[in-house]
Amino acid sequence: MDEMANREKKTLWENLLSIDRRIIFIFIALAIALPLFFKTSLKMPVSPVVQEVYNAIESLPAGSKVLISFDFDPGSMPELQPMAESFFRHCFRKNLKVIIMGLWPQGPIQANIALDKIFRELKEEEKAVKVPRYGIDYVNLGFTAGNEVVIDRMGHDFQESYPADAKGTPLSKIPLMQGVKNYDNIDLILNLSAGYPGTQEWVQYGVDVFHVKLAAGNTAVQAPSMYPYVQTGQLTGVLGGMKGGAEYELALKRPAKAVSYMFSQAIAHVVICLFIIIGNIAFFTLRKKKTLKLEK
Amino acid sequence: MSGDIIGIWIGAILTLGIFSFLYKDNPFYKFSEALFVGISAGYWFVVTFWQYFVPKFWDNLSLSFHELVANGRIDYHWIYLVGGFFGVLMLLRLVPKIGWLSRWSLAFIVGTTAGLQFTRYLESNGIRQVVGTIKPLVVGGNLGTSIGNIIIVVGTFTGLIYFFFSKEHKGAFGGAARVGVWFLMINFGAMFGYTVMSRMSLLIGRMDYLFSDWLKLIK
Amino acid sequence: MRREVPLVLTAIVGITMIIAHFLPPLNSLKDLFEDWFFIIAAFAIILGILNLILVNGNNIYRKQKGWPFGVVVILGFLIMTIIGLGFSGGKSFQDPGTPFYYLYTNVYSPLSATMFALLAFFVASASYRAFRARNIEATMLLLAAFILMIGRVPIGYWFSDWLGDALGKTADWIMDFPQTAGQRAIMIGIALGVVSSALRVILGLERTYTSGE
Repeated sequence: MDEMANREKKTLWENLLSIDRRIIFIFIALAIALPLFFKTSLKMPVSPVVQEVYNAIESLPAGSKVLISFDFDPGSMPELQPMAESFFRHCFRKNLKVIIMGLWPQGPIQANIALDKIFRELKEEEKAVKVPRYGIDYVNLGFTAGNEVVIDRMGHDFQESYPADAKGTPLSKIPLMQGVKNYDNIDLILNLSAGYPGTQEWVQYGVDVFHVKLAAGNTAVQAPSMYPYVQTGQLTGVLGGMKGGAEYELALKRPAKAVSYMFSQAIAHVVICLFIIIGNIAFFTLRKKKTLKLEK
Repeated sequence: MSGDIIGIWIGAILTLGIFSFLYKDNPFYKFSEALFVGISAGYWFVVTFWQYFVPKFWDNLSLSFHELVANGRIDYHWIYLVGGFFGVLMLLRLVPKIGWLSRWSLAFIVGTTAGLQFTRYLESNGIRQVVGTIKPLVVGGNLGTSIGNIIIVVGTFTGLIYFFFSKEHKGAFGGAARVGVWFLMINFGAMFGYTVMSRMSLLIGRMDYLFSDWLKLIK
Repeated sequence: MRREVPLVLTAIVGITMIIAHFLPPLNSLKDLFEDWFFIIAAFAIILGILNLILVNGNNIYRKQKGWPFGVVVILGFLIMTIIGLGFSGGKSFQDPGTPFYYLYTNVYSPLSATMFALLAFFVASASYRAFRARNIEATMLLLAAFILMIGRVPIGYWFSDWLGDALGKTADWIMDFPQTAGQRAIMIGIALGVVSSALRVILGLERTYTSGE
C-alpha cells in the first residue's frame, strides 16, 4: 500500500516537473485575455525615474521646443505607443512646440498614428484645448537614414540631416522651425526607443557631445541598461515598458491604454511566478527523493 | 465593407496564423511567416530605395549632372560616385569569382564603425561611468544615500574584477570576483524580470487588437 | 590586393573618423565618409534582399520541400515593392492614406507585432523549465526577478500597501542600486571591449573580416 501511494506521489511530482508547454500557453493566454474584460481602477505609485520625466516636461514654460525622436517599429507598439500618446497629451496641454523625427523608418508613422488618436481625443473630450496646427504647434520631420550620424549632424545644423520635413517643405518655410538651428534651440529631447539606434546613441552623441537634456521611454527589455545613465545624470529619467507608460499616465492624471492593460500584466506575472515556483518545488522534491533512494 | 474593416480582418487572420504555431507547426503558420518575410523584405527594399539610395546617392548625382549640362562645370557632388562604386562592389558578393572585391566595401563599413564607436563608447560608456562611480562612501546624516553609494561603488568594482580574466580568481581577488557575480546575478534577474514584462506587454497588445479592434468585444 | 587594400582602407577611414572628433577641419571629410558609408549600407541591404529572393527562387525552381511558401515570400516582396516604388506617391510613400501605408498597418504591422508577442509564451515555458534555485547565485537571480515581476505591477502594491508599498520600493531600490552597479560593470566592460577591438581593427591586428568571400 505504502509503496503504491509512493508511486502515485512520484508521478504527481514528475507530472508537475514536465507540464506540457501547451498547458502553460493556455494559462498565459487566459491570464492576459480575461483581465482585459474587467474595468478596474488600479492604484500604483509613480516611481522616481518616471516622475523625473514628467517633471522635465512639466517644468517647461509654454512655447518651449521639445524634440521627440520615434525610434521604434510596430513590434514594440504596445509598450511605446501609450508613452507616445502621453507625451503628446502632456506637450499639447502645456502648449509646447513639438518637433517629431525618427531614426527608425517606421518611427514617424507611429507618430502619425499617435497624433491621429490624440487629435480625435482633443476634439471629442477637451474642447477647451485647441487642436494643434501643423507647422506652428508641431512638425513631423520624418525619417532620415544615418542612425547615430543623424544625431551628430543635427548637433551642428538640423538642415544637414533634415533639409525638409516629411512632406518635403523646406525647414526655412516652416514657422515652428524659425530660429531652430541646432540643439541649442531645443529645450528638451524625448526619445522613444526599442533598440539600435535609440537611447544609448542619443546619450552618446546628443548628451555627451552637445549637452542636450534627454529623457526617454524604453521597452522593458532595454530599460535596465539605461539606469547607469540615469544615475550619472546623462539621462533625466526613463519610462520602462508598459508599466512606465502606465505610471506616466497616472502622473499626468489621464489614465489611458497602459493603465487599462496593467491588470493583465499583473496576472500574467503572477502566473509565470507560480509556474517557476511549481517547477522548483517539483525539481527539489524529486531530487531529494532520488538522493534518499541512493542513500538507501 | 470599408477598406479599414477589410484591413482589420486581414490583420486579425494573419495574427491568428502566427499564433497557430503555439499548437504546432502548420501550413497556416508557414504561410503567415512566409508572407511576413516577403513583406518585410519589400518594406526594407522600398525604404532603402526612397530613403537611402535616392537622397544620399541619386539626388547628389543629379545635382552634378544638372551642373554639367547647364553650366558645363564638374562640381564636387560627383564624388558620391565613389560611394556608389563601393556599393556595387558589395553586390559582387553574389558573383563567386570576384566576390572577394566585396571585402573592400566591408573594410570601409568596418573602419567607419570602428572609428565612430571608439570615441563614443570610450567617453559615454567608459569614462562617464567611471566618473559616476567615484562617490563619497559616507554621506553625513543620510544613511540611505551612504548605503546606496557603497553598493554602487562595491558592485561596479567587484563586477569589473569578475570580468578580469588575466589573473586567476583565487584568494581575496577570487572573493571580490564572487561578490561581483552576485551583483551581476541581481542584474540578470532584473533583466529577466523586465524581459518577461516586455513580452507580456506585447502579447497584451495583440490580444487587445483581437478583442477590441477586430471582434469589438471590449470598448 | 585581396588583403592589403581592405586593411589600408579600414585604417584610413577609422583614423580619420577618430581624428575628426578632435580636429574640426577634418569634419567635412568625416561627413563624406559617412555619406559613402550609408550608400554602401543601402547596397548591403539590397544584397541581403537579393540573396533572400535568390534562395527562395532556387527552392521554387528545384521544387524543394516547402517551395510554395517560397512563392509567398516572393509575392509578398513583389507586392510591397511595386506598391511602394510605383503607386504610393514617391518619397512620401509612408504618408497615411497611401496604399503602402495600408499594407504597413494591416499586414506588416500585425505580423511583426505578433511575431514578437509569440515570445511571451516561450519565455513563460522556458522560465518554468530552466529556472532552478540550485545555488546562491541562481537564487539571487530568481529573487531579484520575482521582486521585480511582482513589485513592478499593481498586485505587488495590493500585497504591500499596508507596509507602505514595501515591494514596490524594494523593486525601485534594486533597480537603482545593485542592478545599476551590475549593469555598470557590464557597460564599462563592453566599452573597453569595443574600444580595444576598434583599435585592433584600425591597426590591422584584427583581420577576420578580410577572409571569406
